[in-house]
Amino acid sequence: MSLQPPRPPAGQRLRVDPILCKAHAVCAELFPERIRLDDWGYPIIDDRPIPPDLMPHARRAVADCPRAALRFAESTEPGVHSRGPD
Amino acid sequence: MSAPVRIRPVAPSRLLPTSPQPEDLAAHVAEFGPRPIVGSALIAELDRSGLVGRGGASFPVARKWLAVAGFPSGMAKPVVVADGVETEPASVKDRTLLALRPHLVFDGIQLAAEAVGATRAVLYVSRGGESLMAALAKAQRERPGGEVYVEITGAPTRYVAGEETAVVNRLNGRTARPSVVPPRPFEAGVGRRPTLVNNVETLAHVALIARRGAAWFRQVGTAGSPGTALVTVCGGVHAPGLREIAFGQTVGDTVEAAGGPTSEAGAVLLGGYFGTWIDARGAWPLVLDHEALRAVGASLGAGVIGVLPRSACGVAETDRIIGFLARESAGQCGPCHVGLPAVSELLHSVTLGRAGQRSLETLARWASEIYGRGACRHPDGATMLLRSALSVFADDAGRHARGHPCGASRRAPILPTPALPAGWR
Ligand SMILES: Cc1cc2nc3c(=O)[nH]c(=O)nc-3n(C[C@H](O)[C@H](O)[C@H](O)COP(=O)(O)O)c2cc1C
Ligand code: SF4
Ligand code: SF4
Repeated sequence: MSLQPPRPPAGQRLRVDPILCKAHAVCAELFPERIRLDDWGYPIIDDRPIPPDLMPHARRAVADCPRAALRFAESTEPGVHSRGPD
Repeated sequence: MSAPVRIRPVAPSRLLPTSPQPEDLAAHVAEFGPRPIVGSALIAELDRSGLVGRGGASFPVARKWLAVAGFPSGMAKPVVVADGVETEPASVKDRTLLALRPHLVFDGIQLAAEAVGATRAVLYVSRGGESLMAALAKAQRERPGGEVYVEITGAPTRYVAGEETAVVNRLNGRTARPSVVPPRPFEAGVGRRPTLVNNVETLAHVALIARRGAAWFRQVGTAGSPGTALVTVCGGVHAPGLREIAFGQTVGDTVEAAGGPTSEAGAVLLGGYFGTWIDARGAWPLVLDHEALRAVGASLGAGVIGVLPRSACGVAETDRIIGFLARESAGQCGPCHVGLPAVSELLHSVTLGRAGQRSLETLARWASEIYGRGACRHPDGATMLLRSALSVFADDAGRHARGHPCGASRRAPILPTPALPAGWR
Protein backbone atom coordinates (compact mmCIF):
# COMPACT_ATOMS: atom_id res chain seq x y z
CA MET A 1 0.00 0.00 0.00
CA SER A 2 1.33 3.37 -0.88
CA LEU A 3 2.01 5.78 1.93
CA GLN A 4 2.05 8.70 -0.41
CA PRO A 5 -0.68 11.24 0.18
CA PRO A 6 -3.36 11.05 -2.48
CA ARG A 7 -2.56 13.33 -5.35
CA PRO A 8 -4.68 16.44 -4.95
CA PRO A 9 -7.27 16.52 -7.71
CA ALA A 10 -6.34 20.14 -8.24
CA GLY A 11 -2.65 19.44 -8.94
CA GLN A 12 -2.92 21.39 -12.13
CA ARG A 13 -1.27 24.35 -13.75
CA LEU A 14 -2.61 27.01 -16.02
CA ARG A 15 -1.41 27.40 -19.56
CA VAL A 16 -2.26 29.95 -22.16
CA ASP A 17 -2.35 29.19 -25.86
CA PRO A 18 -0.33 32.19 -27.08
CA ILE A 19 -1.79 32.00 -30.59
CA LEU A 20 -5.40 32.09 -29.40
CA CYS A 21 -4.84 34.73 -26.69
CA LYS A 22 -5.69 38.25 -27.82
CA ALA A 23 -4.93 40.14 -24.61
CA HIS A 24 -8.47 40.60 -23.39
CA ALA A 25 -7.03 40.60 -19.86
CA VAL A 26 -10.18 39.05 -18.37
CA CYS A 27 -8.02 36.32 -16.84
CA ALA A 28 -5.74 38.70 -14.93
CA GLU A 29 -8.76 40.44 -13.44
CA LEU A 30 -10.32 37.17 -12.36
CA PHE A 31 -7.17 35.48 -11.08
CA PRO A 32 -4.59 38.09 -10.09
CA GLU A 33 -3.03 35.63 -7.62
CA ARG A 34 -1.47 33.76 -10.55
CA ILE A 35 -1.88 35.93 -13.66
CA ARG A 36 -0.39 39.34 -14.31
CA LEU A 37 -0.11 41.28 -17.53
CA ASP A 38 3.00 42.30 -19.41
CA ASP A 39 3.51 45.85 -20.71
CA TRP A 40 1.39 45.02 -23.77
CA GLY A 41 -1.54 43.42 -21.96
CA TYR A 42 -0.66 39.76 -22.53
CA PRO A 43 -0.87 37.43 -19.56
CA ILE A 44 2.20 36.19 -17.68
CA ILE A 45 1.14 33.02 -15.94
CA ASP A 46 2.65 31.68 -12.76
CA ASP A 47 3.55 28.12 -13.65
CA ARG A 48 3.26 26.55 -10.18
CA PRO A 49 0.50 24.00 -9.47
CA ILE A 50 -2.64 25.67 -8.19
CA PRO A 51 -3.55 24.92 -4.56
CA PRO A 52 -7.17 23.81 -3.91
CA ASP A 53 -8.27 27.06 -2.28
CA LEU A 54 -7.42 29.00 -5.44
CA MET A 55 -9.03 26.54 -7.84
CA PRO A 56 -12.43 28.28 -8.00
CA HIS A 57 -10.73 31.47 -9.23
CA ALA A 58 -8.68 29.48 -11.72
CA ARG A 59 -11.78 27.73 -13.05
CA ARG A 60 -13.59 31.01 -13.40
CA ALA A 61 -10.70 32.54 -15.36
CA VAL A 62 -10.56 29.51 -17.66
CA ALA A 63 -14.32 29.58 -18.23
CA ASP A 64 -14.49 33.30 -18.91
CA CYS A 65 -11.55 33.73 -21.30
CA PRO A 66 -13.31 35.08 -24.40
CA ARG A 67 -10.89 33.25 -26.69
CA ALA A 68 -10.85 29.95 -24.82
CA ALA A 69 -7.08 30.46 -24.74
CA LEU A 70 -6.64 29.61 -21.09
CA ARG A 71 -6.76 26.00 -19.99
CA PHE A 72 -5.58 23.55 -17.40
CA ALA A 73 -2.64 21.30 -18.04
CA GLU A 74 -1.63 18.28 -16.03
CA SER A 75 1.49 18.94 -13.98
CA THR A 76 3.44 16.46 -16.04
CA GLU A 77 2.43 17.91 -19.38
CA PRO A 78 5.35 19.60 -21.08
CA GLY A 79 5.22 23.27 -21.94
CA VAL A 80 4.20 24.68 -25.26
CA HIS A 81 7.66 24.33 -26.73
CA SER A 82 8.77 21.70 -29.11
CA ARG A 83 12.36 22.18 -30.06
CA GLY A 84 14.57 25.10 -29.75
CA PRO A 85 17.88 26.78 -29.78
CA ASP A 86 19.08 25.78 -26.34
CA MET B 1 57.68 38.45 -31.16
CA SER B 2 56.69 35.31 -32.96
CA ALA B 3 53.21 33.91 -32.60
CA PRO B 4 52.90 30.87 -30.33
CA VAL B 5 52.83 27.61 -32.22
CA ARG B 6 49.29 26.30 -32.34
CA ILE B 7 48.65 22.63 -32.71
CA ARG B 8 45.30 22.53 -34.35
CA PRO B 9 43.24 19.38 -34.49
CA VAL B 10 42.45 19.12 -38.14
CA ALA B 11 38.89 17.97 -38.60
CA PRO B 12 38.57 15.16 -41.11
CA SER B 13 36.33 16.01 -44.03
CA ARG B 14 33.49 13.60 -43.65
CA LEU B 15 30.67 15.58 -45.18
CA LEU B 16 32.49 18.23 -47.18
CA PRO B 17 34.04 17.17 -50.48
CA THR B 18 37.33 18.65 -51.58
CA SER B 19 35.94 19.32 -55.04
CA PRO B 20 33.43 22.11 -55.62
CA GLN B 21 31.73 19.94 -58.28
CA PRO B 22 28.31 18.56 -57.36
CA GLU B 23 28.58 14.80 -56.88
CA ASP B 24 26.38 12.72 -59.17
CA LEU B 25 25.26 9.25 -58.17
CA ALA B 26 28.21 7.50 -59.83
CA ALA B 27 30.74 9.73 -58.07
CA HIS B 28 28.83 9.35 -54.81
CA VAL B 29 28.88 5.54 -54.99
CA ALA B 30 32.55 5.60 -55.99
CA GLU B 31 33.30 7.66 -52.89
CA PHE B 32 31.09 6.01 -50.30
CA GLY B 33 29.96 2.69 -51.74
CA PRO B 34 26.32 1.78 -52.30
CA ARG B 35 23.72 2.60 -49.69
CA PRO B 36 23.29 -0.32 -47.29
CA ILE B 37 19.89 -1.70 -46.35
CA VAL B 38 19.73 -1.59 -42.55
CA GLY B 39 16.07 -1.26 -41.61
CA SER B 40 15.07 -0.56 -38.03
CA ALA B 41 18.39 -1.92 -36.69
CA LEU B 42 19.84 1.45 -37.66
CA ILE B 43 18.10 3.07 -34.68
CA ALA B 44 20.22 1.14 -32.16
CA GLU B 45 23.36 1.96 -34.14
CA LEU B 46 22.45 5.67 -34.12
CA ASP B 47 21.90 5.44 -30.38
CA ARG B 48 25.41 3.99 -29.97
CA SER B 49 26.83 6.69 -32.24
CA GLY B 50 25.52 9.49 -30.01
CA LEU B 51 24.46 11.52 -33.06
CA VAL B 52 22.36 14.57 -32.17
CA GLY B 53 20.43 16.80 -34.56
CA ARG B 54 22.24 19.54 -36.46
CA GLY B 55 19.17 21.75 -36.98
CA GLY B 56 19.75 23.79 -33.84
CA ALA B 57 18.34 21.91 -30.86
CA SER B 58 20.94 19.09 -30.66
CA PHE B 59 18.25 16.51 -29.90
CA PRO B 60 19.34 12.82 -29.83
CA VAL B 61 18.48 11.33 -33.22
CA ALA B 62 17.78 7.78 -32.05
CA ARG B 63 15.28 8.97 -29.44
CA LYS B 64 13.26 10.89 -32.02
CA TRP B 65 13.34 7.98 -34.49
CA LEU B 66 12.13 5.57 -31.79
CA ALA B 67 9.21 7.86 -30.98
CA VAL B 68 8.19 7.94 -34.64
CA ALA B 69 8.80 4.22 -35.24
CA GLY B 70 6.73 3.37 -32.17
CA PHE B 71 3.49 4.63 -33.71
CA PRO B 72 0.49 2.47 -32.82
CA SER B 73 -0.22 -0.22 -35.37
CA GLY B 74 -3.39 0.55 -37.27
CA MET B 75 -2.38 4.17 -37.54
CA ALA B 76 -1.28 5.60 -40.88
CA LYS B 77 2.40 5.03 -41.61
CA PRO B 78 4.96 7.74 -40.74
CA VAL B 79 6.30 10.53 -42.92
CA VAL B 80 9.96 11.59 -43.08
CA VAL B 81 10.79 15.26 -43.65
CA ALA B 82 14.33 16.47 -44.38
CA ASP B 83 14.55 20.10 -43.26
CA GLY B 84 16.91 21.93 -45.60
CA VAL B 85 15.31 25.37 -45.68
CA GLU B 86 18.12 27.06 -43.70
CA THR B 87 16.74 30.54 -43.22
CA GLU B 88 19.46 31.66 -40.80
CA PRO B 89 20.95 34.54 -42.82
CA ALA B 90 24.58 33.82 -41.92
CA SER B 91 24.41 30.06 -42.46
CA VAL B 92 25.31 28.28 -45.69
CA LYS B 93 25.86 24.71 -44.49
CA ASP B 94 22.61 23.03 -45.57
CA ARG B 95 22.39 24.53 -49.05
CA THR B 96 26.08 23.77 -49.66
CA LEU B 97 25.69 20.17 -48.54
CA LEU B 98 22.58 19.76 -50.71
CA ALA B 99 24.33 21.31 -53.70
CA LEU B 100 27.57 19.32 -53.44
CA ARG B 101 26.47 15.98 -51.97
CA PRO B 102 22.75 15.59 -52.61
CA HIS B 103 22.96 11.80 -52.60
CA LEU B 104 24.26 11.70 -49.04
CA VAL B 105 21.05 13.44 -47.98
CA PHE B 106 18.86 11.26 -50.22
CA ASP B 107 20.56 8.19 -48.68
CA GLY B 108 19.79 9.52 -45.20
CA ILE B 109 16.15 10.10 -46.11
CA GLN B 110 15.80 6.51 -47.42
CA LEU B 111 17.54 5.04 -44.39
CA ALA B 112 15.23 7.02 -42.11
CA ALA B 113 12.14 5.95 -44.04
CA GLU B 114 13.16 2.29 -43.86
CA ALA B 115 14.06 2.51 -40.17
CA VAL B 116 10.80 4.09 -39.02
CA GLY B 117 8.54 2.44 -41.61
CA ALA B 118 7.66 5.65 -43.46
CA THR B 119 5.82 5.52 -46.78
CA ARG B 120 6.12 9.19 -47.62
CA ALA B 121 9.19 11.46 -47.68
CA VAL B 122 9.67 15.17 -48.26
CA LEU B 123 12.77 17.25 -48.86
CA TYR B 124 11.90 20.77 -47.72
CA VAL B 125 14.11 23.53 -49.14
CA SER B 126 13.93 27.27 -49.58
CA ARG B 127 11.93 28.38 -52.59
CA GLY B 128 14.49 31.15 -53.05
CA GLY B 129 16.99 28.54 -54.24
CA GLU B 130 15.38 27.73 -57.61
CA SER B 131 18.61 26.39 -59.12
CA LEU B 132 19.16 24.22 -56.05
CA MET B 133 15.66 22.76 -56.43
CA ALA B 134 16.35 21.99 -60.07
CA ALA B 135 19.68 20.32 -59.18
CA LEU B 136 17.97 18.25 -56.48
CA ALA B 137 15.28 17.15 -58.93
CA LYS B 138 18.07 16.06 -61.31
CA ALA B 139 19.84 14.12 -58.56
CA GLN B 140 16.55 12.50 -57.63
CA ARG B 141 16.09 11.17 -61.18
CA GLU B 142 19.39 9.28 -60.76
CA ARG B 143 18.21 7.44 -57.63
CA PRO B 144 17.89 3.67 -57.88
CA GLY B 145 14.42 2.13 -58.09
CA GLY B 146 12.48 0.71 -55.17
CA GLU B 147 12.96 3.70 -52.92
CA VAL B 148 10.33 5.81 -51.18
CA TYR B 149 9.56 8.71 -53.51
CA VAL B 150 10.93 12.00 -52.16
CA GLU B 151 8.77 15.08 -52.79
CA ILE B 152 10.94 18.18 -53.15
CA THR B 153 8.96 21.05 -51.67
CA GLY B 154 9.81 24.75 -51.69
CA ALA B 155 9.26 26.75 -48.53
CA PRO B 156 8.75 30.50 -48.21
CA THR B 157 11.95 32.27 -47.24
CA ARG B 158 10.92 33.30 -43.75
CA TYR B 159 13.06 32.81 -40.67
CA VAL B 160 10.61 30.60 -38.76
CA ALA B 161 9.56 28.55 -41.83
CA GLY B 162 12.11 25.87 -40.89
CA GLU B 163 10.71 25.34 -37.39
CA GLU B 164 9.27 21.85 -37.37
CA THR B 165 5.61 22.69 -36.71
CA ALA B 166 5.82 25.40 -39.40
CA VAL B 167 7.19 22.75 -41.77
CA VAL B 168 4.31 20.43 -40.92
CA ASN B 169 1.74 23.22 -41.36
CA ARG B 170 3.18 24.12 -44.75
CA LEU B 171 3.10 20.49 -45.89
CA ASN B 172 -0.51 20.29 -44.70
CA GLY B 173 -1.44 23.14 -47.05
CA ARG B 174 -1.46 25.91 -44.47
CA THR B 175 0.95 28.83 -44.10
CA ALA B 176 4.49 28.02 -42.95
CA ARG B 177 3.97 29.35 -39.44
CA PRO B 178 4.49 27.43 -36.20
CA SER B 179 1.66 26.10 -34.08
CA VAL B 180 1.24 25.25 -30.43
CA VAL B 181 2.42 21.79 -29.31
CA PRO B 182 1.38 19.20 -28.37
CA PRO B 183 0.73 17.52 -30.69
CA ARG B 184 4.35 17.39 -31.72
CA PRO B 185 5.16 16.32 -35.28
CA PHE B 186 6.14 12.81 -34.12
CA GLU B 187 2.65 12.41 -32.65
CA ALA B 188 0.54 14.03 -35.38
CA GLY B 189 2.34 15.75 -38.21
CA VAL B 190 1.94 15.69 -41.98
CA GLY B 191 -1.55 14.39 -42.75
CA ARG B 192 -1.81 13.77 -38.98
CA ARG B 193 0.67 10.92 -39.48
CA PRO B 194 3.66 10.44 -37.14
CA THR B 195 6.29 12.67 -38.73
CA LEU B 196 10.05 12.60 -38.39
CA VAL B 197 11.63 16.01 -38.99
CA ASN B 198 15.41 16.01 -39.24
CA ASN B 199 17.86 18.54 -40.52
CA VAL B 200 19.55 17.59 -43.82
CA GLU B 201 23.03 17.59 -42.24
CA THR B 202 21.77 15.20 -39.56
CA LEU B 203 20.58 12.84 -42.32
CA ALA B 204 23.93 13.05 -44.11
CA HIS B 205 25.69 11.89 -40.91
CA VAL B 206 23.13 9.06 -40.74
CA ALA B 207 24.13 7.97 -44.25
CA LEU B 208 27.75 7.65 -43.13
CA ILE B 209 26.98 5.91 -39.83
CA ALA B 210 24.85 3.34 -41.70
CA ARG B 211 27.91 2.48 -43.80
CA ARG B 212 30.74 2.79 -41.30
CA GLY B 213 29.15 2.25 -37.91
CA ALA B 214 28.89 4.01 -34.57
CA ALA B 215 32.48 3.23 -33.52
CA TRP B 216 33.79 4.92 -36.66
CA PHE B 217 31.59 7.96 -35.98
CA ARG B 218 33.05 8.25 -32.48
CA GLN B 219 36.67 8.19 -33.71
CA VAL B 220 36.57 11.97 -33.79
CA GLY B 221 34.91 14.39 -31.43
CA THR B 222 34.48 14.11 -27.69
CA ALA B 223 32.78 11.36 -25.69
CA GLY B 224 29.72 13.54 -25.12
CA SER B 225 29.73 15.20 -28.55
CA PRO B 226 31.02 12.68 -31.07
CA GLY B 227 31.68 13.32 -34.73
CA THR B 228 31.99 16.40 -36.87
CA ALA B 229 29.66 19.28 -37.64
CA LEU B 230 29.30 21.84 -40.38
CA VAL B 231 29.95 25.37 -39.21
CA THR B 232 29.66 28.67 -41.07
CA VAL B 233 32.28 31.17 -39.94
CA CYS B 234 31.37 34.75 -40.83
CA GLY B 235 32.06 38.35 -39.92
CA GLY B 236 35.57 39.69 -39.37
CA VAL B 237 37.68 36.77 -40.59
CA HIS B 238 39.99 36.54 -43.61
CA ALA B 239 38.37 33.47 -45.17
CA PRO B 240 34.70 33.37 -44.15
CA GLY B 241 32.65 30.39 -45.19
CA LEU B 242 31.84 26.80 -44.46
CA ARG B 243 34.12 24.58 -42.33
CA GLU B 244 33.77 21.09 -40.97
CA ILE B 245 34.75 21.00 -37.31
CA ALA B 246 35.50 18.07 -35.03
CA PHE B 247 33.86 18.46 -31.65
CA GLY B 248 36.60 19.07 -29.10
CA GLN B 249 38.36 21.75 -31.08
CA THR B 250 38.06 25.29 -29.75
CA VAL B 251 36.25 28.32 -31.10
CA GLY B 252 39.72 29.84 -31.60
CA ASP B 253 40.86 26.85 -33.70
CA THR B 254 37.77 27.26 -35.85
CA VAL B 255 38.24 30.99 -36.38
CA GLU B 256 41.93 30.41 -37.21
CA ALA B 257 40.88 27.76 -39.74
CA ALA B 258 38.80 30.49 -41.39
CA GLY B 259 41.90 32.60 -41.90
CA GLY B 260 41.85 34.21 -38.47
CA PRO B 261 40.42 37.60 -37.51
CA THR B 262 40.89 40.53 -39.89
CA SER B 263 41.60 42.76 -36.88
CA GLU B 264 41.54 42.19 -33.12
CA ALA B 265 38.31 40.35 -32.27
CA GLY B 266 36.07 41.81 -29.58
CA ALA B 267 33.32 39.23 -29.36
CA VAL B 268 32.00 36.09 -30.99
CA LEU B 269 28.39 35.31 -31.79
CA LEU B 270 28.06 31.59 -31.22
CA GLY B 271 25.10 29.67 -32.64
CA GLY B 272 23.65 32.21 -35.04
CA TYR B 273 20.84 34.68 -34.45
CA PHE B 274 19.40 32.40 -31.79
CA GLY B 275 22.82 32.30 -30.22
CA THR B 276 24.78 34.18 -27.61
CA TRP B 277 27.54 36.76 -27.66
CA ILE B 278 30.72 35.76 -25.87
CA ASP B 279 33.65 38.06 -25.18
CA ALA B 280 36.51 37.11 -27.55
CA ARG B 281 38.93 36.33 -24.71
CA GLY B 282 36.42 33.92 -23.20
CA ALA B 283 35.39 32.52 -26.56
CA TRP B 284 38.80 31.59 -27.97
CA PRO B 285 39.61 28.70 -25.58
CA LEU B 286 35.99 27.52 -25.48
CA VAL B 287 35.73 23.88 -26.52
CA LEU B 288 33.07 23.01 -29.09
CA ASP B 289 31.25 20.35 -27.10
CA HIS B 290 27.55 20.45 -26.21
CA GLU B 291 28.18 20.01 -22.48
CA ALA B 292 31.02 22.54 -22.30
CA LEU B 293 28.99 25.12 -24.21
CA ARG B 294 25.88 24.55 -22.10
CA ALA B 295 28.00 25.21 -19.01
CA VAL B 296 28.59 28.77 -20.22
CA GLY B 297 25.01 29.24 -21.39
CA ALA B 298 25.88 28.86 -25.06
CA SER B 299 25.24 26.36 -27.82
CA LEU B 300 26.50 25.67 -31.31
CA GLY B 301 22.90 26.12 -32.49
CA ALA B 302 22.67 25.80 -36.23
CA GLY B 303 26.46 26.04 -36.52
CA VAL B 304 27.23 29.71 -37.02
CA ILE B 305 30.26 31.47 -35.59
CA GLY B 306 30.26 35.23 -36.18
CA VAL B 307 33.38 37.21 -35.35
CA LEU B 308 32.95 40.83 -34.32
CA PRO B 309 36.05 43.04 -34.52
CA ARG B 310 36.77 45.03 -31.37
CA SER B 311 36.41 48.19 -33.48
CA ALA B 312 32.79 47.33 -34.33
CA CYS B 313 29.78 48.20 -32.18
CA GLY B 314 28.14 45.20 -30.51
CA VAL B 315 25.14 47.29 -29.54
CA ALA B 316 24.40 48.37 -33.11
CA GLU B 317 25.07 44.84 -34.38
CA THR B 318 22.62 43.33 -31.88
CA ASP B 319 20.11 46.09 -32.64
CA ARG B 320 20.09 45.08 -36.32
CA ILE B 321 19.75 41.37 -35.54
CA ILE B 322 16.90 41.94 -33.06
CA GLY B 323 15.23 44.15 -35.67
CA PHE B 324 15.53 41.30 -38.16
CA LEU B 325 14.09 38.77 -35.69
CA ALA B 326 11.23 41.15 -34.79
CA ARG B 327 10.36 41.50 -38.50
CA GLU B 328 10.48 37.72 -38.80
CA SER B 329 7.94 37.03 -36.05
CA ALA B 330 5.13 34.94 -37.48
CA GLY B 331 2.72 37.48 -35.99
CA GLN B 332 0.65 35.00 -34.03
CA CYS B 333 1.65 35.32 -30.37
CA GLY B 334 1.46 38.67 -28.55
CA PRO B 335 4.71 38.43 -26.56
CA CYS B 336 6.53 37.75 -29.85
CA HIS B 337 4.80 39.94 -32.44
CA VAL B 338 4.12 42.89 -30.11
CA GLY B 339 6.96 42.35 -27.63
CA LEU B 340 9.86 41.88 -30.05
CA PRO B 341 9.11 45.06 -32.06
CA ALA B 342 8.94 46.99 -28.77
CA VAL B 343 12.31 45.53 -27.75
CA SER B 344 13.70 46.37 -31.17
CA GLU B 345 12.46 49.95 -31.05
CA LEU B 346 13.88 50.60 -27.60
CA LEU B 347 17.20 48.95 -28.43
CA HIS B 348 17.42 51.05 -31.57
CA SER B 349 16.99 54.24 -29.58
CA VAL B 350 19.73 52.96 -27.23
CA THR B 351 22.00 52.58 -30.28
CA LEU B 352 21.22 56.15 -31.30
CA GLY B 353 21.89 57.44 -27.79
CA ARG B 354 18.31 58.61 -27.27
CA ALA B 355 16.84 56.05 -24.91
CA GLY B 356 17.69 57.26 -21.42
CA GLN B 357 19.23 55.65 -18.35
CA ARG B 358 16.40 53.29 -17.48
CA SER B 359 16.18 51.74 -20.93
CA LEU B 360 18.67 48.95 -20.23
CA GLU B 361 16.70 47.83 -17.17
CA THR B 362 13.52 47.80 -19.23
CA LEU B 363 15.22 45.75 -21.95
CA ALA B 364 16.48 43.23 -19.38
CA ARG B 365 13.01 42.93 -17.85
CA TRP B 366 11.35 42.49 -21.23
CA ALA B 367 13.91 39.87 -22.18
CA SER B 368 13.07 37.73 -19.17
CA GLU B 369 9.32 38.33 -19.45
CA ILE B 370 9.08 37.45 -23.14
CA TYR B 371 11.19 34.30 -22.86
CA GLY B 372 9.14 31.10 -23.06
CA ARG B 373 5.86 32.75 -24.00
CA GLY B 374 5.52 32.07 -27.71
CA ALA B 375 4.14 29.00 -29.42
CA CYS B 376 7.61 28.36 -30.81
CA ARG B 377 11.05 29.29 -29.53
CA HIS B 378 11.54 32.27 -31.83
CA PRO B 379 11.14 34.83 -29.02
CA ASP B 380 13.35 32.71 -26.75
CA GLY B 381 16.21 32.86 -29.21
CA ALA B 382 15.82 36.60 -29.67
CA THR B 383 15.72 37.34 -25.94
CA MET B 384 18.70 35.07 -25.19
CA LEU B 385 20.70 36.98 -27.78
CA LEU B 386 19.60 40.27 -26.22
CA ARG B 387 20.53 39.15 -22.71
CA SER B 388 23.98 38.07 -23.78
CA ALA B 389 24.48 41.41 -25.55
CA LEU B 390 23.45 43.39 -22.44
CA SER B 391 26.08 41.48 -20.49
CA VAL B 392 28.97 41.22 -22.98
CA PHE B 393 28.55 44.81 -24.26
CA ALA B 394 27.46 46.22 -20.89
CA ASP B 395 29.96 49.09 -20.89
CA ASP B 396 29.19 50.12 -24.47
CA ALA B 397 25.44 49.78 -23.91
CA GLY B 398 25.75 51.98 -20.80
CA ARG B 399 27.52 54.70 -22.77
CA HIS B 400 24.91 54.53 -25.54
CA ALA B 401 22.10 54.69 -22.96
CA ARG B 402 23.69 57.72 -21.28
CA GLY B 403 23.55 59.54 -24.58
CA HIS B 404 27.06 58.88 -25.92
CA PRO B 405 26.73 56.55 -28.88
CA CYS B 406 30.02 55.39 -30.38
CA GLY B 407 31.14 56.26 -33.89
CA ALA B 408 31.35 52.58 -34.77
CA SER B 409 27.57 52.25 -34.50
CA ARG B 410 27.26 54.17 -37.78
CA ARG B 411 29.62 51.91 -39.73
CA ALA B 412 28.60 49.16 -42.13
CA PRO B 413 27.15 46.00 -40.53
CA ILE B 414 29.40 43.00 -39.89
CA LEU B 415 26.62 40.40 -39.81
CA PRO B 416 23.90 40.22 -42.50
CA THR B 417 20.29 41.11 -41.66
CA PRO B 418 18.49 40.90 -44.99
CA ALA B 419 14.94 42.01 -45.63
CA LEU B 420 13.30 38.69 -46.42
CA PRO B 421 10.45 38.58 -48.93
CA ALA B 422 7.04 38.95 -47.31
CA GLY B 423 4.45 36.21 -47.36
CA TRP B 424 4.06 32.83 -45.70
CA ARG B 425 2.98 30.54 -48.52
C1 LIG C 1 12.32 29.65 -35.24
C2 LIG C 1 12.99 28.34 -35.60
C3 LIG C 1 13.52 28.17 -36.87
C4 LIG C 1 14.11 26.97 -37.25
N1 LIG C 1 14.64 26.84 -38.50
C5 LIG C 1 15.21 25.66 -38.86
C6 LIG C 1 15.78 25.50 -40.17
O1 LIG C 1 15.79 26.43 -40.98
N2 LIG C 1 16.32 24.28 -40.49
C7 LIG C 1 16.34 23.24 -39.59
O2 LIG C 1 16.83 22.17 -39.92
N3 LIG C 1 15.81 23.36 -38.35
C8 LIG C 1 15.25 24.55 -37.97
N4 LIG C 1 14.72 24.67 -36.72
C9 LIG C 1 14.74 23.49 -35.82
C10 LIG C 1 13.59 22.56 -36.15
O3 LIG C 1 12.43 22.98 -35.43
C11 LIG C 1 13.89 21.13 -35.72
O4 LIG C 1 14.32 21.14 -34.39
C12 LIG C 1 14.97 20.47 -36.55
O5 LIG C 1 14.75 20.59 -37.92
C13 LIG C 1 15.03 19.01 -36.18
O6 LIG C 1 16.08 18.38 -36.86
P1 LIG C 1 17.36 17.80 -36.10
O7 LIG C 1 16.86 17.04 -34.89
O8 LIG C 1 17.98 16.93 -37.12
O9 LIG C 1 18.19 18.95 -35.70
C14 LIG C 1 14.16 25.89 -36.31
C15 LIG C 1 13.64 26.07 -35.02
C16 LIG C 1 13.07 27.28 -34.65
C17 LIG C 1 12.54 27.44 -33.25
S1 SF4 D 1 -8.63 36.26 -20.95
FE1 SF4 D 1 -7.92 34.81 -22.50
S2 SF4 D 1 -7.52 36.05 -24.33
FE2 SF4 D 1 -7.68 37.42 -22.59
S3 SF4 D 1 -5.58 37.75 -21.89
FE3 SF4 D 1 -6.44 36.08 -20.68
S4 SF4 D 1 -5.88 34.25 -21.83
FE4 SF4 D 1 -5.61 35.95 -23.22
S1 SF4 E 1 6.34 32.71 -31.02
FE1 SF4 E 1 6.48 34.24 -32.67
S2 SF4 E 1 7.34 33.12 -34.40
FE2 SF4 E 1 6.66 31.57 -32.91
S3 SF4 E 1 4.55 31.08 -33.53
FE3 SF4 E 1 4.36 32.74 -32.05
S4 SF4 E 1 4.37 34.64 -33.26
FE4 SF4 E 1 5.11 32.99 -34.57
